[in-house]
Amino acid sequence: MHELGIVFYIIRDVKQAAEEHGVEHVNAVVMNIGEVSTIVPEYLTDCWRWAADKEELLKGCELKVSIIPAVTHCDGCGGEYPTVQYGKKCPHCGSDSTWLLRGNEVEIKEIEVADT
Amino acid sequence: MERIKVIEIKKSVFENNDRDADNLRQELKGRGVYLLNLMSSPGAGKTTTLIRTINLLKDKIRIAVMEADIDSDVDAVKIKEATGIQSIQLHTGGMCHLDAEMTRQGLDNLELDGTDLVILENVGNLVCPAEFDTGAVRNAMILSVPEGDDKPLKYPLMFSVCDLVIINKIDVQPYFDFDIDKCRSYIKMRNPAAEVIPICAKTGEGVERLAEWLLNAVKTWKTN
Repeated sequence: MHELGIVFYIIRDVKQAAEEHGVEHVNAVVMNIGEVSTIVPEYLTDCWRWAADKEELLKGCELKVSIIPAVTHCDGCGGEYPTVQYGKKCPHCGSDSTWLLRGNEVEIKEIEVADT
Repeated sequence: MERIKVIEIKKSVFENNDRDADNLRQELKGRGVYLLNLMSSPGAGKTTTLIRTINLLKDKIRIAVMEADIDSDVDAVKIKEATGIQSIQLHTGGMCHLDAEMTRQGLDNLELDGTDLVILENVGNLVCPAEFDTGAVRNAMILSVPEGDDKPLKYPLMFSVCDLVIINKIDVQPYFDFDIDKCRSYIKMRNPAAEVIPICAKTGEGVERLAEWLLNAVKTWKTN
């Protein structure tokens, strides 16, 4: 349900980009999905198939997902660590003054179209 | 074989919505309308809390409510019957949240002149509504005791975007393993500045404090 909503936004943005570039059919859409973005990639591609095939521009268009690993920065020691493994608390110094550096992306990276 | 050309986009799917939300916020500022986005799980007590709070505030400021649900109009009818204020129902058409554009469409159906506060009751869900900026001045959420004190750990984004966390159904606390101090510390981990107000919407306990917080928020915002 959540992923379907996201798919509708992707379709809207891809349609806009296709129009700007005068593209009539898109072969693939490549997404950058952060590891802690709350998106489940399998659900996203399932919802994509259902919704994309309803659009002439996107019939058969593949959704490729590239996962961005989540990294947290620590203000305590200036270090970085993998978010999923250690959570909020820095494994180097124990501080919890930490913030997510990357891993929250829900981003359209690029689209692939036929070169005419 | 067909040759493939790659067109770089590099664009967050939330970008358009974030821009729409900022525009809406500015527009509402110009009209003097404070928009509060209220979120929670289904059944946490959003509508009951609203009715209690509105009845304490409706003689002091003019309030309107937008109820967002996937289907039905039970909440909008309930609010109107119990408080007499302007209340409309929005249907999200299957979407699990409201975005800024849907919020704007809802606001177009309200009489906004003279209205001080619009409360948007978002779809009951702790995941998706947190990701989409509605254009509200502030985000608030209700966590009810039966849901458990660990929710700020499980739904970090929701708690990090909320300025106000209302803990509802505190009358049943003795029957659940809900540690309110633990809950407060989990909320602070997500958002150190969040205000926490425990209430019981059913008996009215704590609702005066909530009403006061809202009244102050609206007044301060209007004079700044």
